[in-house]
Amino acid sequence: MTPAPRPDEPSEAEPPDVPGFRTWRGIYLFVFAWFVLVVILLAVFTGIFA
Amino acid sequence: MNVADWVVLLGTIVGIAAYGSWRTRHVRSLNTYLRGSTSAGWGTIGLSVMATQASAITFLSIPGQGFESGIGFVQNYFGLPLALIIVCAVFLPMYRRLNVYTAYEFLGQRFDEKTRLLGAGLFLLQRGLAAGVTIYAPAIIISTVLGWPLDLVIVFTGLLVIVYTVTGGSEAVALTHKWQMAVISAGMVTAMVVLLLRLPDGLGFSGAAHVAGALGKLQAVDFSLDPSRRYTVWTGVFGGLFLSLSYFGTDQSQVQRYIGGASLREGRLGLMFNAVLKIPMQFVILLLGALLFVFYQFAPHPVFFNQAEWRRHAQDSRFHAIEAEHATAVAQSQSAIRAWLEARTSDDAGREASARTAMVAAGDRTREIRAEAKAALAAADPRAKTQDSDYVFITFILTQLPHGAVGLLVAVMFASALSSKASELAALGTTTTIDFWRHFRPLAAADEARNVRVARRFTALWGVVAVAFALFAGFAENLIESINILGSIFYGVLLGLFVVAFFFRRVGGPAVCLAAVTAQALVIVMYFSLNIGYLWYNLIGCAACIAFSVALQAVLPPRARADEGRAG
Repeated sequence: MTPAPRPDEPSEAEPPDVPGFRTWRGIYLFVFAWFVLVVILLAVFTGIFA
Repeated sequence: MNVADWVVLLGTIVGIAAYGSWRTRHVRSLNTYLRGSTSAGWGTIGLSVMATQASAITFLSIPGQGFESGIGFVQNYFGLPLALIIVCAVFLPMYRRLNVYTAYEFLGQRFDEKTRLLGAGLFLLQRGLAAGVTIYAPAIIISTVLGWPLDLVIVFTGLLVIVYTVTGGSEAVALTHKWQMAVISAGMVTAMVVLLLRLPDGLGFSGAAHVAGALGKLQAVDFSLDPSRRYTVWTGVFGGLFLSLSYFGTDQSQVQRYIGGASLREGRLGLMFNAVLKIPMQFVILLLGALLFVFYQFAPHPVFFNQAEWRRHAQDSRFHAIEAEHATAVAQSQSAIRAWLEARTSDDAGREASARTAMVAAGDRTREIRAEAKAALAAADPRAKTQDSDYVFITFILTQLPHGAVGLLVAVMFASALSSKASELAALGTTTTIDFWRHFRPLAAADEARNVRVARRFTALWGVVAVAFALFAGFAENLIESINILGSIFYGVLLGLFVVAFFFRRVGGPAVCLAAVTAQALVIVMYFSLNIGYLWYNLIGCAACIAFSVALQAVLPPRARADEGRAG
């Protein structure tokens, strides 16, 4: 049988235990901001060289 | 390749496979065999997810893409970080909470067994058919360039991956992925360093980047709304989001990489690791291709990079004339580039502009001659392979890198082929065992040792099927495109099933199952009756599955939709 569901799995509210971040939402926002920054940097790169 | 290359190649590839088999030879637990080590951290998970996606074609084709069309292809990955955030927030917690081995078990718990079998069946059909291609595609390029027998390359690659994947299952796959990624990273860094060192004196990275940019190779982002443009920010964000969500959220070869591990936190951080690194990594690989383009403006190179194919057909004077014309055009292009570089430093805007125009015109002339060469090949033999961009990087590796580094870079190709193949085989074996074999033999589910034995046999069987398919793949024309089309036909409906499962909680099993079958039939009918780009079928299949599910849920009689919202 497939193992039973994990009742002890940490909930959504569990902190990510990453320095500087108290919630997972903070990490997702950071990754999104990083993505935006990368797109901006690529646009700047295009502006300089293309 | 000399002895040093062979030592590096066999030492890394066979060494990693042997290490993976030896370290995991005692795996007896079904959980470890199917989901990997229960102590795996985010680094292991993150590298395993990355290695699964990075196939040999990534490292052969993407530099060629940068060489031929520039780095705009990087926009195709713009949807990936957004998709991974959704997978982290929605898909992964649900998979872990339900403690499933496969993504399709979730469909069974959320809807019913019919829907689970349908989802697993769609995955097996699509991945099973693609299984041979992930071996065949790099093998045909490596064997052509190195002059090795194609069948030998296919059998060697296939057997190696079967041995360690069958022995240690998901744990061996994750363990070998770490070392394979180390080889891939070391190889790609070596190639980039050698390329920069081989650029003409005084040019440097900045000069090369300016030349590549002036010749149209460095337009990384394009905000155009013109639908005829293949790569724009918008197609990347929307199309890429959709494709990445299908791939990372519903494809067992990826799901299996992150549902194991020590905790939910490790899986999430492993996925976020990919969300942060993927676009920069693809950018660097594409940039390598664009810089290769500049390198070959100053170095002698063939008019057609697949030299084996060229030599097979280029027998008469027409081909020799094209070669001579190309050599002249390259020399003129080189002079024009040097003139432009000189004009750039002269502070004379008019001179710079006219030098740039002359350089672009010379570049266009070279491109025209390459097109003529391809047309001549096609005219000589309509079945001739006229695309050579996949051969650009490997030609550079074999002609410009020092011995030892050549072995390392060929090892990169094999490591990436093995890493994606291993995940695929493990996923096919797991899905066949858990979603089909155990479904039809529920009493055998309690016997853990027997389950592991069966999973091993199915994994081996899929490996043999993949090798056999790859051995006979040469008979099919446009095979890779056919497999991509087939994937697009089935991927959309599969994603539709999961989107309904997660976001439409009132929809029950009978409605979604009927909707998926109807949507699949619609996609197949549309494919045979319309003439649209096949990537659109991903979107159409998903949208149709969602729309039909909602509509059917509203009209089906109460008994037929009584199971709504079982696990949602």
